[in-house]
Amino acid sequence: MGKTLAEKILSEKSGNDARAGDLVIAEVDLAFVQDTTGPLAVRQFQSGGFKRLANPLKTVLFIDHAVPSPNDSLSNDHLLLRSFARETGAVMSDVGEGVCHQLVGESLARPGDVIVGSDSHTVTAGGLGAFTTGMGSSDVAVAMALGKTWFRVPEGIQVVVTGNFQKGVYAKDFILHLIGLIGADGATYKALEFGGEAVTAMSMSSRLTIANMAVEAGAKVGLFPADEITRDYLAGQGRGEDYQPSSPDADAVYERTIKIDVTELEPTVSRPHTVDNTAPVTELKGIKVQQVFIGTCTNGRLEDLAVAVDILKGKKSHPETRLIVAPASRRVMLEAVKNGFVQVLVEAGAAILPPGCGPCLGIHQGVLGDGEICLSTANRNFKGRMGNPEALVYLGSPATAAATAVTGEITDPREVM
Amino acid sequence: MLKGKVHKYGADVDTDAILPGQYLNLTTMEELTRYCMEDADPEFLKKVRPGDIMMATTNFGCGSSREHAPMAIKGSGISCVIAQNFARIFFRNAINIGLPLLECEEVVAKTESGDTLEIDLSGGTIKNLTKSLTFAVSSYPGFMAELITAGGLIEYTRQRLESRRV
Repeated sequence: MGKTLAEKILSEKSGNDARAGDLVIAEVDLAFVQDTTGPLAVRQFQSGGFKRLANPLKTVLFIDHAVPSPNDSLSNDHLLLRSFARETGAVMSDVGEGVCHQLVGESLARPGDVIVGSDSHTVTAGGLGAFTTGMGSSDVAVAMALGKTWFRVPEGIQVVVTGNFQKGVYAKDFILHLIGLIGADGATYKALEFGGEAVTAMSMSSRLTIANMAVEAGAKVGLFPADEITRDYLAGQGRGEDYQPSSPDADAVYERTIKIDVTELEPTVSRPHTVDNTAPVTELKGIKVQQVFIGTCTNGRLEDLAVAVDILKGKKSHPETRLIVAPASRRVMLEAVKNGFVQVLVEAGAAILPPGCGPCLGIHQGVLGDGEICLSTANRNFKGRMGNPEALVYLGSPATAAATAVTGEITDPREVM
Repeated sequence: MLKGKVHKYGADVDTDAILPGQYLNLTTMEELTRYCMEDADPEFLKKVRPGDIMMATTNFGCGSSREHAPMAIKGSGISCVIAQNFARIFFRNAINIGLPLLECEEVVAKTESGDTLEIDLSGGTIKNLTKSLTFAVSSYPGFMAELITAGGLIEYTRQRLESRRV
């Protein structure tokens, strides 16, 4: 009987014949924390009496959620992470480098790796074919100390994606549509495994966007096969040697198969206050928006900025709508400077933030006021997510965000392209 | 044996609602507890008493991986959370910090806010004293029970390392 990609990776990393439902102990190739959950992980590591990291060079501390620090308390958290890195030899990724998940995708994750991070969107690097999942601070602290962790091998849900994306429709619309279809708990404890002709043709940037949001359906991991797109992406990041092909067995057993033809898909938006509360953008046209945010681990890559720039070129954001853009990494920022994207965005009225999470999680850099509405390219629209329970957050693609910034109200991007 | 009044919520109570992101830099359970359920139920802290039980329908604890969320719940005095099902990261986090969770659809369906429950974790029973009902719940598998008995993952791992069993 064949294996899903999740079963194959966990078999390899546990040395067992891992099948859905089994409990296995697997080697961890990379363990990381970020600056909101990392300080607790450090304290848990210390309270457990651990002295050394199992693999210092495979332990990374990212400062990305509150960069540069907005207050003394967070600054002290940053100091704690830096001091822990000095003591243990862990790798530091400091202010200005970018969002942990983007950097893991660019520089660290390899197909077939097992990766744990103290952030739910650790699933992002599933786009590269890595078994990569979010955990709490204690779990990651123990993985850092021991170089291994336990997993219940997840059942698989196969998602077969066919057809061609139409103009103005993107990977973000697809994943919002899928979450709307199966619900915020539609894949709880499961592995979402993506395949089909539309996946074969899909860029790495799009794969990362989709994998990033697997957790919004409750999934443990969102996995893509590692193929020629993966090989070319890794080569483009200067690490072609990290490539190895991987895919589920042809006779793998899935709990369920979902087929989606993206040819029929429309630009899709999640309404407040849950990600599965989706609607076609055409049903939401006209809702006034005070802030548009383009960025994050979901949609802060160069390809996302390119889509926004195409729409914003020669235009201005609406006078009553603030446009905020945060590139996902230093590399993305540099490319966006070199090829003129930053100039277009600034001329269109955008406030450019340093690489990082920006206002996504409500700590700083764009906290909403009472009754304000934001259209964001991020992955969560929970009540209070952007720092104010009296505000409303809608989620959409970079194209929908850019079109909305121009008109000041939720807009179908196909109307301005 | 755990005993307390039920505070019942609906579906998809997310970790931002349990403990908003702007408080993630707080370090102690006492500090975190001050903001527990701030966005989900601003009245919660006025109502909760030590030993009380939190209840919800589906997908409790979805969203962020913040361990601060179950810490805040535990700090508020809640002795156990019962739901139809939990989001997976929250499930691990709660067990890891020693906050017991139980998944049981029937109890959730037949219990209301304000009911008093008595829970026998090792015996696998829940009694609704208000409605005179008794329910059976499945116990935790193997090492998860050991983990709870040890007081959480960190303590469990420390004990095992000391006895060189890892």
